[in-house]
Amino acid sequence: MAATKPYAKAILKQAEKSYSDRRTHWKHGGIVGVKGYGGGVIGRYSDLPETEARDVHTFRVVQPAGWFYRTETLRKLCDIWEKYGSGFTNFHGSTGDIILLGARTNDLQPCFDELSEAGFDLGGSGSDIRSLSCCTGPALCEWSCFDTLDLYQELNMEFQDEIHRPRYPYKFKFKISGCPNDCVAAIARSDLAIVGTWRDPLQIDQEMVGEYKNDGTDVNGVCRKCPTMAITWDEKKLEEKPRECVRCMHCLNSMPGAVMPGKERGATLLLGAKATILRSAFLGWVLVPFIKVEKPYTELKTLFRTILDWFDENAKPRERIGEAVYRVGMREFLEAVGLPPVPQMIYRPRANPYYFWKPEELEVAK
Amino acid sequence: MLPPIIQRNYGKWKSHKIIEAGVIEHIGESGERLYTVRAGTPKIISVHGVRDMCDLADKYCGGHLKFTSRTNIEFLVENEKNLAPLKAQLKELGLPVGGTGYSFKTIIQCPGWLHCHTAIIDSPGVAKALHDALYEHFFETDMPQKLKIAVAGCLNMCGAIHCSDIAVIGMHRRPPVVNDEIVTKSCEIPTLIASCPTAAIRPKGKSVEVNPDRCMYCGNCYTVCPGMQIHDPRYDGLSIWVGGKATNARTQPMFSRLAMPYLPNTPPRWPETIAATKNIVDCWLKGAESGERVGDWIERIGWEQFFAVTGIPFTDKHIDDFIFSIPTFRTTTQFKYTETPVVK
Repeated sequence: MAATKPYAKAILKQAEKSYSDRRTHWKHGGIVGVKGYGGGVIGRYSDLPETEARDVHTFRVVQPAGWFYRTETLRKLCDIWEKYGSGFTNFHGSTGDIILLGARTNDLQPCFDELSEAGFDLGGSGSDIRSLSCCTGPALCEWSCFDTLDLYQELNMEFQDEIHRPRYPYKFKFKISGCPNDCVAAIARSDLAIVGTWRDPLQIDQEMVGEYKNDGTDVNGVCRKCPTMAITWDEKKLEEKPRECVRCMHCLNSMPGAVMPGKERGATLLLGAKATILRSAFLGWVLVPFIKVEKPYTELKTLFRTILDWFDENAKPRERIGEAVYRVGMREFLEAVGLPPVPQMIYRPRANPYYFWKPEELEVAK
Repeated sequence: MLPPIIQRNYGKWKSHKIIEAGVIEHIGESGERLYTVRAGTPKIISVHGVRDMCDLADKYCGGHLKFTSRTNIEFLVENEKNLAPLKAQLKELGLPVGGTGYSFKTIIQCPGWLHCHTAIIDSPGVAKALHDALYEHFFETDMPQKLKIAVAGCLNMCGAIHCSDIAVIGMHRRPPVVNDEIVTKSCEIPTLIASCPTAAIRPKGKSVEVNPDRCMYCGNCYTVCPGMQIHDPRYDGLSIWVGGKATNARTQPMFSRLAMPYLPNTPPRWPETIAATKNIVDCWLKGAESGERVGDWIERIGWEQFFAVTGIPFTDKHIDDFIFSIPTFRTTTQFKYTETPVVK
């Protein structure tokens, strides 16, 4: 890239200078963007007085579901990007979208126009709904409990406005995994994690279990490692104790195909994950233990909009929804969004006696 | 658009098998088979690199390919005969075929000094040095468990850094220097004050001042206001965190926790950090039982034994003193004795 584009070479030269100075030479970006969009373009400027790479902005381009591409699409993207930008990309950024790293201010609009003509669109940045992510799902994975790719696409379309136009107190991320393996780390990284699950017994192919045993799999060992001792093996049959399984995927992972998710499939919804800033990293916690994930996803969309509205009304500037719920308490949040308290939401109840009563809950003792 | 073989078997896959490092055989209920060949990429790829990958996908996969959530590339191969020549060409391109099963996985990294104003270290550079040091483990499939490492340039931690087996994070060690001119001209004072997790910033005239006793140099004020100048190559460094996992597989998700509070920022290869990481990996390989992620191993042997076997000094900085500290304290007499001296 450096060989063909002075702009790219200048970016790399700056990176080299960072290596000798042991510090970054980028400074805060101003507000840059393209017409009609508030998100999707990250402004960035060099702090070096003399450089060909003075303004080095970044596009976030929405990725196809599950990151499945045709070469024809990628080549089109490469041609446009090479024409207008540095030629540097990330496949992909951490949130999941395609990063086009390095465009000048004057090139942003024409580049975006051509990307748009070619069928690409920008993802989120700032206080909007960020680009969604989903796992491979039914395209390749036998464990996918719902169509992650289809849900991804549907939610993308549902939230187009909210992705392109920042309006929330802070960012909001949805991530979609087809099973509890959670290959997009939804529980670690998303305000609202949609993790595939099931609620009836495992489906066990005893013949296949026997084949794994003959091939050397220590089936007893697999059972011993079950976190709730929910499965037993008597050298002939693998059996599950009803309602003991917590769907940890261990036996499925150990014997692909022999043990499969149950037939009654859906998703667990978890709320609140985020990285350290501001006051600590959170993992998502269970909000809805089981919800069906079936087209047209009306129940899911309604619930998501209710939660987003609550976030919009109640979170402080730069406060994530997890932090907001921590601040006001689950009791208030659950009532506001109309979800029931269930024990699956917690490991254990409170140990302190500081709980509230509403006046209408009080009745005079007879 | 998905390749025809995937469309035919969509939602009807039966099982899969890792037939060799980097190659997964997917078997449909129909009996059809599809192979995914996984190769590590640098994540930062020029358009030339992307086109090289497209050339291979055109030649061996009918123009179809995908990427993974850990920035690997996967070629979708229908014909088993294409596996060997594709692997050979990937080798020529310098892309390693592996990262499947219980192996060292491709490192998650932020763009670091290539893009970011808050990056304290160059994450891609650190990731490259770590990839090189742990290279042979990318081709294994039989380590105790997966080994997922992530590198973050700063505390914004753009990626699942807080739930990685091993995380390397750039850190500041001194409060910011307030540039009153920039603060008064460019920054919203209430936003700036609210950005501090320890309420260390307070108004001072038209600008602000920082209480050095409260500031723990997280850098969030700099994120919201360029006048809070916190970059300082004299003191900035790296830290290493261990024991996190994001997945629900077998054991529950866990946070990464502090192992080493400071290592020097020594580009281009960060030898101290690389050596320290290798040490942790080697201890895990020696001590872990089959099926144990780094965090599972540590929880079983106990954190006191982790510091003992790795020889990492335990300091006052390891004991939490922030808002969720109490649940981390050991409220039991059940502990193991270790030989490692406590270092102040």
